[in-house]
Amino acid sequence: MSKNRSETAANDDPARKQRLSVLAKAPADRLKTLWDAWCVRSGVPDHDILRTPEIGTVMVRGRAGATGAPFNLGEITVTRCSVRLSTGHIGHGYVQGRDKRASLAAAMIDALAQSDQADAVDDMVVEPLQLEAEANVASRAAKAAATKVEFFTMVRGDN
Amino acid sequence: MYVAVKGGERAIDNAHTWLAEERRGDISVEELSIAQIREQLALAVARVMAEGSLFDPDLAALAIKQARGDMIEAVFLIRAFRTTLPRFGASEPIDTGAMTCDRRISATFKDVPGGQVLGPTFDYTHRLIDFTLAATGELPPEAQAGEPRTEPTPHVTEFLDREGLIQTEEDDTKTPRDLTREPLDFPADRPLRLQAIARGDEGFILSMAYSTQRGYGRNHPFVGELRVGQVAIEMDIPELGFAIDIGEVTITECETVNQFMGSKSEPPQFTRGYGLVFGHCERKAISMALVDRALRWEELGEDNVGAPAQDVEFVLSHADNVQATGFLEHIKLPHYVDFQSELELIRKLRAEAETAKAEEDASPFQEAAE
Repeated sequence: MSKNRSETAANDDPARKQRLSVLAKAPADRLKTLWDAWCVRSGVPDHDILRTPEIGTVMVRGRAGATGAPFNLGEITVTRCSVRLSTGHIGHGYVQGRDKRASLAAAMIDALAQSDQADAVDDMVVEPLQLEAEANVASRAAKAAATKVEFFTMVRGDN
Repeated sequence: MYVAVKGGERAIDNAHTWLAEERRGDISVEELSIAQIREQLALAVARVMAEGSLFDPDLAALAIKQARGDMIEAVFLIRAFRTTLPRFGASEPIDTGAMTCDRRISATFKDVPGGQVLGPTFDYTHRLIDFTLAATGELPPEAQAGEPRTEPTPHVTEFLDREGLIQTEEDDTKTPRDLTREPLDFPADRPLRLQAIARGDEGFILSMAYSTQRGYGRNHPFVGELRVGQVAIEMDIPELGFAIDIGEVTITECETVNQFMGSKSEPPQFTRGYGLVFGHCERKAISMALVDRALRWEELGEDNVGAPAQDVEFVLSHADNVQATGFLEHIKLPHYVDFQSELELIRKLRAEAETAKAEEDASPFQEAAE
């Protein structure tokens, strides 16, 4: 099943999109820790590097008035890398920041996730990262909720 | 004009070695780590990222350390580093309506859907020095938790827009001009102006905004909404054939609602100013919105009252602190050849003046005689 997925992956594979998004936004240290744990358990997969890890930027755009014409707000650093496993599966890793090892890990995970290792790598790496990200969002949202106020306007000439 | 000079290598090397020593300061005091700067001087980091126009907290923290806390020097380092990197592409325009909000307030609607959320704010603090922060070791009390909001927070201006009371922001598919790829050129359309203000000096933008409040091009702003939070950055990846989130940034967004009596071309309605900045920086976001609104006088058919904040060339040409500091500080570098010629000129003029005066003194009655 997973192999079939790799062949049809080209156009909008929601699971792959979701996985790559989680990897890109994950803290680099956590991603590397979980990837190292995978490698300890299953070994480093045989692979060729198709694109050596490369640090670059992406220009972030906003919109005038939140909904209007796009404008260039500023850039973010991004590191990318591509690998091919000996099984033939190709993986692309994009991570925010400047960590080359993290981009390599992301590419390897993307490639593995298209092989019969998909469920295992999701369980061991992607899902924990996603849960941690969700917990972080929930924790901030909870703190924000505690600062929600009700303002009362004072009525004048009430006496 | 600056003319190259030779020599002084040893003195320069020694100066830089001493600089490194001064940067470190008293070695009996523990050294600052990048993580400490990133976590505990987060607003300084935010400012360097906003004006450096590159969101990378670790890099900004390092720049602050290297610059010994000189913010403009740190911004300069970030800008210089950025030029060494290839650009992979541009993101989809961020959807601030979908961002998570640490803070979200409206000064116009008390009962705004989504609520007034104060977040971690200096507002309502007493601005008294807190000496307990000087005593180390104690952890602050943990922030209280409430019932987290899971749905996105709608923009306040949407409600006015629905009633047609505020000017709509039309989408535009045009690729925005980019100041980092082409020199600033006039006329500057709104996207270009917003980019320039977003990376402009906070102090300068603040002063420009303040000048409009004091009457130099008043534009009657209300803070319709101010929000701070995290938003995902989505980009199309060609080798995948679809878009993924390639990162997440903290941003501050301000939308002002401005009184507008109508003009020759526009009906009476509220108009907008817009501020968007990397990191948590409310002063800059609000200032940006006020200056954006002031610069829109022409498209809204308003009068140009000759206020500095309405002058797009003035504002945009002087907003960039790296440019400004580069030109300003270069005058301290050797100008010996330049000055030598000035010196010779002054000597010559003085000599001529003295000769003329001597001749005049020698014949005091000549003038009268004539």
